[in-house]
Amino acid sequence: MGLAEVSTETGAGRAEIAARTLRTDRWWRLPLIQAVLLTVLLGYVVVRLFLRRDYFVAEYNYLTPLYSPCISTSCTPGSAHFGTIFGDLPVWIPLPIIVFPILLGFRGTCYYYRKAVYRSILQSPTACAVREPAARYSGESRFPFNLMNFHRYFFYLASLLLLINTYDAVLAFFPPGGFGFGLGSLILVANVVLLWGYTLSCHACRHIVGGKLKHFSRHPLRYAMWNRISGLNALHMQFAWASLVSVTLTDVYIMAVAAGWIADLRIVG
Amino acid sequence: MSSHWHHFRVWRGDADGGELVDYPVEVNEGEVVLDIIHRLQQTEAQDLAVRWNCKAGKCGSCSAEINGRPRLMCMTRMSTFADDEVVTVTPLRTFPVIRDLVTDVGFNYVKAREVPSFEPPPGLAPGEYRMQQVDVERSQEFRKCIECYLCQNTCHVVRDHEENKPAFAGPRYLMRVAELEMHPLDVADRRSDVQDDLGLGYCNITKCCTEVCPEHIKITDNALIPMKERVVDRRFDPLVWLGDKIFRRTGS
Ligand code: SF4
Ligand code: SF4
Ligand code: FES
Ligand code: FES
Repeated sequence: MGLAEVSTETGAGRAEIAARTLRTDRWWRLPLIQAVLLTVLLGYVVVRLFLRRDYFVAEYNYLTPLYSPCISTSCTPGSAHFGTIFGDLPVWIPLPIIVFPILLGFRGTCYYYRKAVYRSILQSPTACAVREPAARYSGESRFPFNLMNFHRYFFYLASLLLLINTYDAVLAFFPPGGFGFGLGSLILVANVVLLWGYTLSCHACRHIVGGKLKHFSRHPLRYAMWNRISGLNALHMQFAWASLVSVTLTDVYIMAVAAGWIADLRIVG
Repeated sequence: MSSHWHHFRVWRGDADGGELVDYPVEVNEGEVVLDIIHRLQQTEAQDLAVRWNCKAGKCGSCSAEINGRPRLMCMTRMSTFADDEVVTVTPLRTFPVIRDLVTDVGFNYVKAREVPSFEPPPGLAPGEYRMQQVDVERSQEFRKCIECYLCQNTCHVVRDHEENKPAFAGPRYLMRVAELEMHPLDVADRRSDVQDDLGLGYCNITKCCTEVCPEHIKITDNALIPMKERVVDRRFDPLVWLGDKIFRRTGS
């Protein structure tokens, strides 16, 4: 029996049930919450990128992860930890012109965020067994969504950025004048830990580390690493949200200190 | 043993049309939805068509949609519903209906045959296969499948788009490819097949297959995403592709 005999035309022989879904639970609730959260958080980040101020506290060496590394001569003195590559950037170009596309690309092509966006923004599908509104669907088999397959490269680039963020967090313990730290330093460390959780639990990472192997028995070390990463991978969604919120809160805190709205709580020095 | 009357709505009909029919029915403590369907067969709806076999969640025959959620009827306890909650039972939406709750799941058998079969290394005869447990563990998860087709039915790629059926094998059979890809003795390279012929690219990893699988197989995380990553190795990663060409790497 060929497929042609099994199903031929749209709706061929299916039970006639008009309702979009017969689900009785509040299936629209989670996608709605996700859509609101994603819009608010992304909106905040975009506004912040164009603000161009209060992203660095020279006194304590706090640099917000959203602007790290700052690589233009327009950067606040002292904030360009890695030197400057660009000269002055016009005001309509955000300073993190390299950093932001990488972070957006990394999260935008992440398997978890893909699921969240497909469900809550593109309604494809909004929830399981709820008919999607689009008349035609080709998923990630065609442009533009086949570009999601480049997630791996963003993973490599974002890992490099994370090394820089880690370095920034260490610098927050060495303000000008010697060792010392405050609440801001601890926030930066917590943020970096969550970012490492998110990055290491990535599906591409799990694949590269060991998932691609056919014979675990020939690669005991990679097998052990794959096991560890698989454990983290099961928490990837949790890391995705926790690190997104932590990046935002870290930025809010540093902005508040830099703008002088609050004083950093100093613990040592 | 306590019992009460419950309001059931069951879809009755065939390919030419049908409707939801209301039935008041007695429910006893400890019963599952399939028990109630059987009680209806014994009382008010003696010609009600339903497919079932094991009543133990292992044969995969009794798949249906209960209050809009794809489930096994024999594994859905009545105690999960409030006493006054209407329980609606409909056939799987994605496949052609034969009668009442019975659908023609032939689509899945066609797709099963489209997956190229296991290919052992040349010269190795059956009986000479030796494998280590760590190497087969991953595929063993997929062998738990009871072929209930709840995942195939729920996947929006075909559920909402009949026209995608020729191009898309569905989660259960993409998982079968993953099982073979990860099999320590399989020597075939399935990465092009799975993308071009079986439609892996249609999957947008929204995880509904995983949500409905009664065997709790992590279909998306452990089969579909790893398969997508393998396709990336071949199609979208020039470094890996070049390395494979230069060093003629095959099985690692
Ligand atoms: S994860 Fe992919 S295969 Fe599974 S239901 Fe969603 S689209 Fe279908
Ligand atoms: S993978 Fe799970 S849901 Fe799909 S057919 Fe097998 S047991 Fe059923
Ligand atoms: S899968 Fe989420 S970061 Fe890679
Ligand atoms: S009757 Fe066998 S799975 Fe339900």
